[in-house]
Amino acid sequence: MLHMTKEKIHIENLEVSIGKEHILKNINCTIPEKKITVILGPSGCGKTTLLKSMNRLTDLYSDVKINGKIELNGKNIYNGISDINDLRRKMGLLSQRPAPLPMNIFNNVAYGLKISGRRKKRYLRLRVEHYLKQANLWDEVKDRLYSPANSLSIGQQQRLCLARGLAVDPELILADEPTSSLDPISSQAIENRLMELKNHYTIIVVTHALRQARRIADYIIFLYLGEIIEQCEASEFFNNPKNEITKAYLRGSFN
Amino acid sequence: MIVTLSLVILTPIVMCICLSVKSSLLFESLPVGKIFFTSAWEPSKGNFGFLPFILSSIFITFLAVLIAGPVCLFSALYLTQYARVRLVRIMQPVIDILAGIPSVVYGVWGIIVIVPFVSNVVAPLFHIQTTGYTLIAGGIVLAVMITPFILNILIEILRTIPSELSEATLSLGATKWEVIKHVIVRKAKPGIVSAFGLGVSRAFGETIAVLMVAGNVAKIPGGLFDPVYPLPALIANNYGEMMSIPLYDSALMMAALILFVSILVFNFFSRISIYHLERNL
Repeated sequence: MLHMTKEKIHIENLEVSIGKEHILKNINCTIPEKKITVILGPSGCGKTTLLKSMNRLTDLYSDVKINGKIELNGKNIYNGISDINDLRRKMGLLSQRPAPLPMNIFNNVAYGLKISGRRKKRYLRLRVEHYLKQANLWDEVKDRLYSPANSLSIGQQQRLCLARGLAVDPELILADEPTSSLDPISSQAIENRLMELKNHYTIIVVTHALRQARRIADYIIFLYLGEIIEQCEASEFFNNPKNEITKAYLRGSFN
Repeated sequence: MIVTLSLVILTPIVMCICLSVKSSLLFESLPVGKIFFTSAWEPSKGNFGFLPFILSSIFITFLAVLIAGPVCLFSALYLTQYARVRLVRIMQPVIDILAGIPSVVYGVWGIIVIVPFVSNVVAPLFHIQTTGYTLIAGGIVLAVMITPFILNILIEILRTIPSELSEATLSLGATKWEVIKHVIVRKAKPGIVSAFGLGVSRAFGETIAVLMVAGNVAKIPGGLFDPVYPLPALIANNYGEMMSIPLYDSALMMAALILFVSILVFNFFSRISIYHLERNL
């Protein structure tokens, strides 16, 4: 039940525009802790922007204007004094296309640990093994840890990215259409992982695939043209939608 | 289309054959060791030692890329990673203009600015007296000339690196500088190598500007403040007066052949290294 869980992220009056385009309008929402929240909506409605404003990757866009408040654990991340690197480390990112670092498999997972100062070989070995197992990739790569990450299949690369993200011990996992470039079997592997990981992490998944949302979501934020149309528990969203736009979307009348 | 294409492909082959035939006379009259590994250049006495020219070419090219390489890399990184879009828009035409300036203009600029600068400012720091027409002057002018080429290629290469990669690295808690150092430069390495390689090819064959500031003395250079006499300058300076001296034209063809083959070999090796670098990413 939502009212029993702690809120991890709280967003108030968030407005994001890039250049002259008003991407997100008056966003108010709450992300519950240790649940899978799915940000759902048709392409181009601002889902990714909403996700990226949570770990301030929107800072990289030129000409971006952000107003409003995003609180992580009750602290506003846009107040200027917070350490952005630290903030980002708390949120593992899984992007649409896997982006393995130009290094070998081992170092892809170890990189985050290394830059935060943990360099002992034995420790790194144990951690890398642990997180590769968590991402369900260990058995496939244990004999070639030192080959380039690019030599893996795209589905394996995505699981490697998951392991890499987990290795820095984040509190949240932000997944931006994490399965859109994968085959069905790899997609299922990622979905299953996310379902298991939600006991330890707060997970936010952006998707435009209704069926995926149905499979994994505990909580849904439905975005349309930069506005939140509906946000509620997944069961309520699918079984008892209130808004006309939601109903039309669920019928598949537009995409 | 096939005809035009074959013309393009045949040109270098024909060129190579012509140069080989023309320079074969020198090979017949002098032992190979004497041509490549001696430094006596006395055409009237029949001595053609290419070593000073070959070394001059190598030194000046190396120096130019040594100066231009880091400058270009850091500029390209700044323009693609830090700069605002507006600055990039201003810089692009500036770089193109630099690339379009005729070589002879760079030469003149070298004579009126760089040569006196070397003679009056740089050399006295080392307690050396020189006219300024030196290896270092040539290297600087050459570095300035190849900068826009290398810079343009580097900018193109750095732009092709997907933003997801920096976003992913930032999400691991890396700082912007760590992203650049560990990920972007590494990912772009094959491209960076090929950009520098193209710079070397260009620098190696550059003629007029270098000829104007390098001093042109046929002696093995002993340091930065010695004059140099690269291969292209040798050909350009002496073509025309060679008729009266036997073997002289053959020797100049040999100089051209050396240039041609070196660039061929160099391109070959940079391709191989790019291939290996790409495979290891």
